[in-house]
Amino acid sequence: MTGAPWTSPAAPGPGGTEPFDPGAAATAATDAILHDTLHGTRPGVVVDSPPGAGKSTLVVRAARELAAAGHPLMIVAQTNAQVDDLVLRLAEKDPGLPVGRLHGSEAGTVDPALAALPEVRASAKIGDLAGMDVVVSTAAKWAHTKVEEGWRHAIVDEAYQMRSDTLLAVAGLFERALFVGDPGQLDPFSVVGAEQWAGLAYDPSASAVATLLAHNPDLPQHRLPVSWRLPASAAPLVSDAFYPFTRFRSGTGPGDRSLAFGTAGDGSGVDRVLDEAAASGWGLLELPARHTPRTDPEAVRAVALVVRRLLDRGTVATSERGPGPEPVTAARIAVGTAHRDQAAAVRAALAELGVGGVVVDTANRLQGREYDVTVVLHPLSGRPDATAFHLETGRLCVLASRHRHACVVVCRAGVAELLDEHPSTDPVQLGVTVKFPDGWEAHHAVLARLAEHRVGWRP
Amino acid sequence: MPLIETLARMEAAAAGAARPLTTVRHRHLSDRPLVCVPLTTAGEAGAPLGALVGTDRERPLLLTVAQPRDRDLRFAFLAELADAVLPYLDGFADAVGHEERKETDPETGRKVTVQVELCADAPQLIVPSTAGAAYMRLLGRSTRFRRTAEQDPEAPYPAPPRVPLLGRWLTHLGERARVPGSCLLLPMTELLTRHWATGQSALEDQHLGALLAWIDPPDGHSGRTAAEHAESARDADGILRCPPAGPATDPAFDNTLLAPAMARYDAGVPGAAEELRELIGGQLRPTWDAVWRGYDLLRALPPGGHVADRWKRDRWSYTAHRDRVRAGEPPQPRRDDAVTAARKLASRETAQAQLDAQEALDDPLVMAGRRLAGEAFAGEVTAVEEAFSDGPRPMPRPLVTLRTTDTPLLTDGARLHRPLPDGKAQSAVFVAYGEGAAGSLTVRLTGGMGRGKVPAPGSVPEPGETVCWTLFEHAPRGGPQLPEPEDTPWTHGGPPASAPEGDTPDPTTPEDFL
Repeated sequence: MTGAPWTSPAAPGPGGTEPFDPGAAATAATDAILHDTLHGTRPGVVVDSPPGAGKSTLVVRAARELAAAGHPLMIVAQTNAQVDDLVLRLAEKDPGLPVGRLHGSEAGTVDPALAALPEVRASAKIGDLAGMDVVVSTAAKWAHTKVEEGWRHAIVDEAYQMRSDTLLAVAGLFERALFVGDPGQLDPFSVVGAEQWAGLAYDPSASAVATLLAHNPDLPQHRLPVSWRLPASAAPLVSDAFYPFTRFRSGTGPGDRSLAFGTAGDGSGVDRVLDEAAASGWGLLELPARHTPRTDPEAVRAVALVVRRLLDRGTVATSERGPGPEPVTAARIAVGTAHRDQAAAVRAALAELGVGGVVVDTANRLQGREYDVTVVLHPLSGRPDATAFHLETGRLCVLASRHRHACVVVCRAGVAELLDEHPSTDPVQLGVTVKFPDGWEAHHAVLARLAEHRVGWRP
Repeated sequence: MPLIETLARMEAAAAGAARPLTTVRHRHLSDRPLVCVPLTTAGEAGAPLGALVGTDRERPLLLTVAQPRDRDLRFAFLAELADAVLPYLDGFADAVGHEERKETDPETGRKVTVQVELCADAPQLIVPSTAGAAYMRLLGRSTRFRRTAEQDPEAPYPAPPRVPLLGRWLTHLGERARVPGSCLLLPMTELLTRHWATGQSALEDQHLGALLAWIDPPDGHSGRTAAEHAESARDADGILRCPPAGPATDPAFDNTLLAPAMARYDAGVPGAAEELRELIGGQLRPTWDAVWRGYDLLRALPPGGHVADRWKRDRWSYTAHRDRVRAGEPPQPRRDDAVTAARKLASRETAQAQLDAQEALDDPLVMAGRRLAGEAFAGEVTAVEEAFSDGPRPMPRPLVTLRTTDTPLLTDGARLHRPLPDGKAQSAVFVAYGEGAAGSLTVRLTGGMGRGKVPAPGSVPEPGETVCWTLFEHAPRGGPQLPEPEDTPWTHGGPPASAPEGDTPDPTTPEDFL
């Protein structure tokens, strides 16, 4: 399996060789979305947003325009962190906008930074937030909220990560809604089997958007065509591997971003893979093939060493955002893993090397976040089998699309053979839209690309 | 698979015998369960071939269908099955106790306490395997919408009187079996694999004979060789010595013995029906005995502390269905509506979380698995420091330092839980790892100390005491309130149509009310 397997001449969206103005394309898409949201006749609008395409910016803008047009609205996000982030962004763009932050009754759920904002009021009771132009909360909190009169407008953020049954619990609160999300990220899941409802339009374990569109196929659907986060080196791969039928482009060109080091490499595998990643945007540090436990000590240490060297070598990043090179600090680096115990092992290894302040988390928790450089422990590294969990398209997509400059993947050799031994065996359910591309195919596409940037290393 | 189960399987493979996964029994086992071993006909969906059924292990009732393609014989089988199963199910309906329950008064809208009946015990149906449980569900689905001559005198093919009722009960048991930890319908293979780890794969564990061979091998044999024998030993005619637990049959048996016997029956050869009975009974009896052997092995384990609590919920479930049948409600709909599906999923997720927590609290070996996974930790208390909360009314918030060799996956401010002797849980938050000594960490108690300014006696651990904190809640709450079905929002297709679905025929085969 080599190269990009997706050649779909009919694929809509940006492509081909005609000159492409990312700013104009993004503005046109946003204008159409806002028009449908404010003046459309259908009760819902769905927006697909690839990684880093300005989803939050869109949500903030739509909220402000709705409020300015005299329509108070509610915003549904999925986690407290997402809610706080939205509130901060709203206050930053429009300090005079009255925003309510509805939160749970447990202490410590709200970001303390919100207290400093004059027009933001936080409360656990919806009654305290009456009359606010915008009220933001998590889906879980909204589901427990009872009001006399609902909202005419709502925005549902990260709608593809919301489960259908959660939408069922909150949909009674609003009349019309703008649903925004990234279809390529991790699907919601259930800890108990839900096969008995597979194929039903309202399968409670499906994503909210799947149910919404199954019942309302005529809703206007838009998508944001430009990723402002992913560099020119990453957008084609992520687009081809994970969004083959709704392609997107990077907002920046090949020369707009660069990474440079203060000190030259010492010739070790770790330094060579960093040099490769700085030059090409991708790096694969390949350890010898071996079956290992999940917290493979050698791979975990290799991940920690890559981060250590990245900091030691005085890495600087140049981008369209600033006039000159900016240092890549620990806060601009993230490590992504598949499992929580792997993340814990990497944290321990980093502490041992004296590195602090680097975010280490699982794909689920890195969703929606952005860094300059990411170091990824490949989900299939060292595994004897490839389960549905490890093959899930969204998991790999999240891990491969968090970076603005470069992504270094640490992996045991032999993943391609492992994939060939474990084709997807998920049962096909009647009435269920087959998820395409499947994780198996996407993994091969990413591996083929990474193989071009491989640095072998024996720890 | 949890790490501890992987380890147990590796040990079992190395030792050639199963290893326990628990120290207690985590499922309720009735004193008088109804065992049912069904067999189905190859190549004909939902055509029963025979069954052994009963509560007396020495004298099971053998039901067979001499020609499964003959629908009259199939109905006769279902009628016999109903006569065998329904008296058992009904047998628990009349011995009731009373419980208090809060209900909303429809007139005043206030919550009032009402006395409701709760059956003192409930039936328990045990089948050999997961596929057997699915087969019960299939029988339920294919019979609950059938019409008897009494219900519909015009029906061209009326079902025998009690068959639709059997279908409703099997459907109820089948749905209840999807709730984690429920015990109204239990597959023996699932019961055994919950309590023992074998040295074979999870797929191979589906074979009841091989599974029992690992857990309780015959004298002089290792579990591995006994399992291989159970799986593949064949006699001179090529027939498996240990027939599969069904409902699917051994193809060699089908071809060599069953098909010729059925041909003789079809040709009207005298004695062919008896011969078929003999054949089918011979395939069923080893599985019947195996189910009871598994039952005995499990009965030898003492029940876990929360087993009775969960069984009480099964009794509620049984009582509720009894009431629905008595009230003359229609059979369960063909498909759940959006709200019902979401409610079921939410209640099953809650049940799963509660089951996971209760099993760990009931069983140190299960808790060891959670500790190994970083979801709990145990250690000796080394210091207790008095501390109070901020605010106008300071409450005790003591700092407890302990030393542990576990490696919990703790994040800053992680919430912790610990069982107190009275069965309630004490909450705490993780504060920090200790300086210096490895494995030292400090937590701040945040609850379970009473309302006074001084912690209630015995609620704060003493230095030297061994405590076990979990990162998971002990009594997790249920999901959100969902709307009533008639308030289903537009996102989910609006309110469901009111016509009872059972009355609408299948569009392609109008004679079917499936």
